[in-house]
Amino acid sequence: MSARRIFARPARLAAIAPYLWMVLFFLVPFGFVLKISLSQTAIAQPPYMPVFDVTEGRAALAAAFAQLSFDNFRLLLQDNLYILSYLRSLVVAVTSTLILLLIGYPIAYGMARLPQRWQGVAMMLVIVPFWTSFLIRIYAWINILQHDGLLNQILLALHLVSAPVVWLSTDSAMYLGIVYSYLPFMILPLYATLSKQDGSLLEAAGDLGASPLRAFWLVTFPLSLPGVGAGALLCFIPIVGEFVIPDLLAGSNSLMIGQTLWLEFFTNKDWPVASAAAVALLLLLVPPLVLYDRLQRRQLGTNG
Amino acid sequence: MPEPAVSDIPLLRIEGVAKSFGNFRAVDKLSLDIRAGEFFALLGPSGCGKTTLLRMLAGFETPDEGRILLGGNDIAQVLPHARPVNMMFQNYALFPHLSVRDNIAFGLKRAGMARKDIATRVAEMVALVKLEGLEKRKPDQLSGGQRQRVALARSLARRPQVLLLDEPLAALDKKLRESTQGELMELQRRLGMTFIIVTHDQEEAMTMAGRIGVMDAGRLVQVATPRNLYEAPASRWIAEFVGDINLFNGQVAARENGRLTVSTSEAGTLAVSELWPPVTKQVVSVAIRPEKVKLSRRAPASDAGAPQAINRLEGVVIDANYLGGVTSYRVKLETGAVVRASMANTARLDVDAYLAGQRVVAWFTADDCLVLEQ
Repeated sequence: MSARRIFARPARLAAIAPYLWMVLFFLVPFGFVLKISLSQTAIAQPPYMPVFDVTEGRAALAAAFAQLSFDNFRLLLQDNLYILSYLRSLVVAVTSTLILLLIGYPIAYGMARLPQRWQGVAMMLVIVPFWTSFLIRIYAWINILQHDGLLNQILLALHLVSAPVVWLSTDSAMYLGIVYSYLPFMILPLYATLSKQDGSLLEAAGDLGASPLRAFWLVTFPLSLPGVGAGALLCFIPIVGEFVIPDLLAGSNSLMIGQTLWLEFFTNKDWPVASAAAVALLLLLVPPLVLYDRLQRRQLGTNG
Repeated sequence: MPEPAVSDIPLLRIEGVAKSFGNFRAVDKLSLDIRAGEFFALLGPSGCGKTTLLRMLAGFETPDEGRILLGGNDIAQVLPHARPVNMMFQNYALFPHLSVRDNIAFGLKRAGMARKDIATRVAEMVALVKLEGLEKRKPDQLSGGQRQRVALARSLARRPQVLLLDEPLAALDKKLRESTQGELMELQRRLGMTFIIVTHDQEEAMTMAGRIGVMDAGRLVQVATPRNLYEAPASRWIAEFVGDINLFNGQVAARENGRLTVSTSEAGTLAVSELWPPVTKQVVSVAIRPEKVKLSRRAPASDAGAPQAINRLEGVVIDANYLGGVTSYRVKLETGAVVRASMANTARLDVDAYLAGQRVVAWFTADDCLVLEQ
């Protein structure tokens, strides 16, 4: 009984740790951003108003509260710059996620079918790019893709093209960069679900008359859907807000929301509009999360 | 209950089948005939190759050598999905994302059966394994026993020529296992189907199977009815593997009229009736099952003139274990050897019981003994 008492308290503390983390590093900062998004831009330090100051008494605080408005959100809807960047972000994220699935699934499937001792090696190979800084890897791509870069040299040497192709500052380069950077995040959850699948299920499917291809579509694939969902979300959400890859590899004629946000924040110094854009982005990401949660719950068969 | 119609023509003929994994020879040139309508058990310790043999019949492993003839056609190289054979898996291998109904219908859909016929067949199977009302459940919403029934229904639904069962009852508790054994036998009789079951549980094999094939190190060491396997094991290894047995090593001292006299160091001179075929070696073991050893306070008088020879061993009871239906005794002889005897508790009160430390005579007839080559 005494042992139980000793362990009970740390256990309870451990249980609230994630909530504490959420409050400290998500809810509180989000509160700041939300407040700034409801403020107006000002030439001041900080560059917005009103500023809440508890020392100025209750009346001043109430007056400051009264100055908050949804004007910035209205602006987001009125100026199609924002709506277009949101749409572009969604299109880029959906397209990249689909490409990632198409490439990642076969790789994860192959890894899960490897002999046990090779699976660890394959896993290492997937993770090893993380040992190099993300930025360095993107800059390396710039080198490869530029006018006299490796890719064009190879293409010219093989006589596949007669003149250097423009790769940099195109959507192709951006998609390449995104798929390259996010592939491990797609492969790992897929590999996790595929590798723990019971091999006897495939034998049973074969025994009951399903050809190997049929067995894959009827058993392996439906059972891997939680991994597909996890991988897709793990890629989709950060890609929507991606800033570095489109900024370095894509052209500047259409912006993703992350780039627009950056412009508002650093170039226009309009913190309130940038914050409103960030809050809107967050709200935009809630529906896919809820949808995923629903799907997962249905997968688990909790209808009985 | 009527015996199932077992035909004389083998439905399944296994001819010199061998399978190795690396250097390990799992199945070693094994041949076996199984007749249509038979309930056949493959029995053996783990690693004896029985599961590999079953998996070759299902098509999950391809034999390195030999032929597997099903109704005259060699199916050794045929892929699992093209064989008229179905398997019930040890872990059931139910599809977790499909309902009971869809699990049972899986094989029927693959066979291209009409939708209406599938519904009829599934209903029939559900009734057969008594799962009415659970058709819409997913496997994780079923108890272990219910899952076992779904697995059985799914493997029977395609009406395979041969049903393979890989330790089908291993995951059930004892009571459920016993009732399910009865149901499986009843089902096999009713459907007239050929069942091949793999088990390491000899009681299970004896209860259900018409014939048992005992495997050791990739070979079939004996194929016999449960009774013959127990009462006339072909070797000392089988005698020890199937049931409990007392063994005394010795030499054949005399042989006359089908009766051997064996002199043993542990139990003196024993009289043994010889089985057919007779032993050829001089060095033998005399084997006697514990339930055939009787205990008494005084040596029994031999029936003068009767051909029955009685072996008597004097000793002291070292322990008595009451097990409900029987009490098992260990009796230490003067030579130091221990004889096990088990006696049915035919009376509720312990008037017949012997106590530890008590002097007794353990005795058995020559006919109850076996003589086995070492």
